[in-house]
Amino acid sequence: MAQVFSPRAVLLLKLAGIAFVVALAVALVTIYKYFQGPGTLAEAPEQPIPFSHKHHVGDDGIDCRYCHDSVEKSSFAGIPSTHTCMSCHSQLFTDAKMLEPVRRSMATGQPLHWTRVHALPDFVYFDHSIHVAKGVGCIECHGHVDRMPLVRRVASLQMEWCLECHRDPEPHRRKASLVFVMQPTSVVRAAGGLPDTNIVSTRRLTDCSTCHR
Amino acid sequence: MNAPLWRDASAGPGRAAGAFDGVADRISQWDGSGEAGAGAFALTRRDFLKLSAAAAALATAGCRGPVEEIVPYVSPRTAAPGVPQFFATAMTLGGAGTGVLVESNMGRPTKIEGNPAHPASLGSAGMYEQAAILELWDPDRSKGITLRGQPATRIALETALFERMEKLGPAHGAGLRILMRYSSSPTLAAQVQALLRRFPAARVHTWEPLHRDHSLAGARLAFGRAAEPVYRFGNADVVVAFDRDFVGEGPGHLRHARDFMDRRRRRESAPPNRLYAFECTPTLAGAIADHREPLAPGALSHALVQLAAALQGGSADHPLVAAAAADLLSHRGGCVIVAGESMPPEAHALVHRLNGQLGGVGQAVEYIEPVQGDIDCTRSLQALASDMEAGTVDTLLILGGNPVYDAAGDVPFRELLARVPLSVHHALRPCETSAACTWHVPQTHFLEHWSDTRAFDGTASIVQPVVAPLYDGISPHEMVAMLLAPIGGTPRDWVRAQWLGASIDAAGEERWRAMLREGVVPDSAARTLQLRARDIDFAPPDTAKAWSLVFRPDQSLHDGEFANNAWLQEIPRTHSKLVWDNAAYLSPASARSLGVESGDRIEIESGHARLVAPVWILPGQPDDTITLALGNGRTRAGRVGNGVGFDAYPLRTAASPWSRTGANVRKVTGEHVFATTQNHAEMDGRDPVRRLNVPEAEGLREKPLEDEPPPETLYPEWKYDSYRWAMVVDLTSCIGCNACTIACQAENNIPTVGKEEVRRGREMHWIRVDRYYEGSHGKPRTHFQPVPCMQCENAPCEVVCPVGATVHDSEGINVQIYNRCVGTRFCSNNCPYKVRRFNFLHYTRRDGEPPLDARNPQVTLRMRGIMEKCNYCLQRITRARIETEREGRRIRDGEVVTACQAACPTLAITFGDLSDSRSAVSQAKRSPLDYTLLRELNTRPRTSYHAKVLNPNPDVLPPGSGGG
Repeated sequence: MAQVFSPRAVLLLKLAGIAFVVALAVALVTIYKYFQGPGTLAEAPEQPIPFSHKHHVGDDGIDCRYCHDSVEKSSFAGIPSTHTCMSCHSQLFTDAKMLEPVRRSMATGQPLHWTRVHALPDFVYFDHSIHVAKGVGCIECHGHVDRMPLVRRVASLQMEWCLECHRDPEPHRRKASLVFVMQPTSVVRAAGGLPDTNIVSTRRLTDCSTCHR
Repeated sequence: MNAPLWRDASAGPGRAAGAFDGVADRISQWDGSGEAGAGAFALTRRDFLKLSAAAAALATAGCRGPVEEIVPYVSPRTAAPGVPQFFATAMTLGGAGTGVLVESNMGRPTKIEGNPAHPASLGSAGMYEQAAILELWDPDRSKGITLRGQPATRIALETALFERMEKLGPAHGAGLRILMRYSSSPTLAAQVQALLRRFPAARVHTWEPLHRDHSLAGARLAFGRAAEPVYRFGNADVVVAFDRDFVGEGPGHLRHARDFMDRRRRRESAPPNRLYAFECTPTLAGAIADHREPLAPGALSHALVQLAAALQGGSADHPLVAAAAADLLSHRGGCVIVAGESMPPEAHALVHRLNGQLGGVGQAVEYIEPVQGDIDCTRSLQALASDMEAGTVDTLLILGGNPVYDAAGDVPFRELLARVPLSVHHALRPCETSAACTWHVPQTHFLEHWSDTRAFDGTASIVQPVVAPLYDGISPHEMVAMLLAPIGGTPRDWVRAQWLGASIDAAGEERWRAMLREGVVPDSAARTLQLRARDIDFAPPDTAKAWSLVFRPDQSLHDGEFANNAWLQEIPRTHSKLVWDNAAYLSPASARSLGVESGDRIEIESGHARLVAPVWILPGQPDDTITLALGNGRTRAGRVGNGVGFDAYPLRTAASPWSRTGANVRKVTGEHVFATTQNHAEMDGRDPVRRLNVPEAEGLREKPLEDEPPPETLYPEWKYDSYRWAMVVDLTSCIGCNACTIACQAENNIPTVGKEEVRRGREMHWIRVDRYYEGSHGKPRTHFQPVPCMQCENAPCEVVCPVGATVHDSEGINVQIYNRCVGTRFCSNNCPYKVRRFNFLHYTRRDGEPPLDARNPQVTLRMRGIMEKCNYCLQRITRARIETEREGRRIRDGEVVTACQAACPTLAITFGDLSDSRSAVSQAKRSPLDYTLLRELNTRPRTSYHAKVLNPNPDVLPPGSGGG
């Protein structure tokens, strides 16, 4: 009986098989990487200015709200306007080369373009103000920002991670006035910083409609 | 800070392409799309390995999700980014302003609501006000000045106009003409006066296609001077309307609807009001009337004359006219007769006299100076046309409007424009008129400029910009200023000076700020005129049996101005439920006599004009009367409105703008395909709408409509420990105006789908207004029922979703989780109310959809393949919950207002928390009129209805008998 498939066809079939396996592997890796988002746990994304939270928060002790001024009133914590930067830097390090983009922004009126480190999918509606009001410390999600020369992400930001706290918020909460203290929640709580607000309904916290709409 | 605001579930994978351009060409061979399969086998092993390596590199080179940016302000502009701000301003339509509040998200206007402090709004907003946001963002708006179709600069325009004015100066401006629309702006009026002082020989003309010439002429007949009636329907126990849709159209209709329904709902102290409607086409006022009589236009005048005779002690042949006369006489002082624009001037004069005779003046009706001035549009346009014909018009500035399209059929405006050496058209969009003019100048949208306006009762508002002009627009004030001697300052200064003079002291500044903040100039309502109507001798001509044509503004497109607005094109017309179309409306009997069905085409010949139009059979239409909606059939409206429907303006003449008798009508071949959202109008014994008369409603105190406990259920009961949201819709109050549907569309980023998709039943509206008929098709009673999601306790949709994408939340809302939905559509199949909508074709990216900037950033944009539906404005509930929890308290009653509820002019929708027994919604649920839709299915809806209560005259119909 004559061969049904020519050697060339057999080769192509084999190649196609291999190609399929390789493509599948590549696709899985790509999808995984894709959903990781920028600023993986280990590395910090590049920014137009290498702004150091370590210096401003850790060394200088500037309150979070000096720059992130809408964190208590809005879903969005707020990124400081050029004006805010210049309120100090019109006096300090006025000729530092690193700050050239800030001065240029002030002079030209063109805003700075920062790279977002904590990005959520567009169908998730996170609100800073309510988390702050309910005594979730900045450090709970953002980590030791006061020790980061460049901000990087320390939490996966995946739904499982959110739900961990939404299912049992108590250990993650502290006294509302101590939200901006850069100490782990367990330490704050041990030092008497137990939450002074209450969660009306923990069942509500795990409703889909709490974050998705 | 662009990035965090715009939510787009569709902006997922697929955006990060384009990195490996070098290999992209070869990869395309694998598609097999162009070169069939053969090309793929030409691939050598080397190529294959190269591609594999490239693919692997793609994966390992740190391919990540899209990198988002955060772009902060240079100097802070808002109190808190991410929190919407509201600005008070006013929208002018037909010369009358309606106060609105504009929601601005980070500087982008996204939603328009009514202004509670404004007398024409009282917090409600109609279709046009809400859809104006889409007008602002319309990509078809003019983007620059053009000279004979070619781009030109503003300098060139200013130079051309300056030279012209220099040339016209010695002749005192002879040959300079301005064609305006109705305007109530005091600043613009002052500018025009200044212009006429500079050029005394110049002339100003006004053309408004939906003009009020008849009512103004009627006032001149009755009082010897122009006056405009202001109605106070709250003081009227009996209202008789002659072809006047006072709740559905015209200046002040939102206020009229509110006042009328406030009075109607007041059942405790006095019997409800009663409305008699005589009309020549079904309107919203006719649908809410206790008695409605369809009459041909000629017969309407006779009915009015009969009414007048009966009120003088004579008799009326028509039983309903006789009953109305008796009712009016027994409610002297608390009654009013209103006449529509289609009634002849003599009829208006007669109505003024009858209202005076019945003591309604000072109670239910008052007279003021006309807010748009004493103008006869028809004569004004005819005067301009004859001068253009004579060649005495040298320079014509058309300030807004589209006269080439909407001038009466016997005024050949396009041809006449060719005789004008210099014509300037100033409008929001290029249109039929701009194509015939020398210059076209883009106008600013009312959300982009400073101006002022007066409401139907004369109350003034400042129009303030909410966003900088998107496309180099020029405001009307700047346009007129180009013809004036140069003056300093900005339009803001001019408007401010109009109201405050030149004072710049602190007190003046405070007053100015208060005007802007409140959206109303205090104590600016017009003073009441004390007028007595003369006796009128009105003998309408005898009516022969002939076809009558009735011209009406399109309920959605107005005079054609909104033709490029996809929201308005797709809103079902209240009575016909047609979308993306207009039709020749015929009564069932007339259609039989012509031998036509809906979709057949007829030829209408009247005078010199001839028109072929598709037929739609409309119950409640008077016999031998054809209603044609104006505003369709645009040829240069834009990509949305071009070629939708047919243009009825050519049939309309200057002498008979609203109706014409003696048309020849015949059936012609051909069929038209309509798209309608409701094919079935019968209730078939299921009684989705329950209708009662007042005595029966009184009887419900002992036995409510639904007094039995709900049937047993096998499902476990839900337990709630917090809020329980619920809604009640009062069918007595619903006037079928569609404001709720548009409000929902704007609030929830709901896409339009186009005519073809509507034909497939794929419209996306989360709240629809169903229309049902009761009684005979010749003279039916019409009922409206808004249907949002019922938020069932035993929701049939929840149990069939295989992926848990539709679930019950802890506050009883049946929520749809878009990111979980896989699009099986089982839920929609199982929903007995058909309120779930499926996005078949990525409608959010359709042509004509608003850009991302115009979207509500608080609501996810849904992609193709996802089910969506009403969720009681979850984003508004969430906002209130977060705000109140920050303060450590519960949400108070009335703090959450859904979009449909906010828009409703008659407050038909009540929303709130059932766990609070004192909340408005809890009280409404305890009403004996409360019932749920399709109760027998035991879905236990959270949304319920209040039965429609009418107050028919017992002398006309025995209470309880159906039909109307």
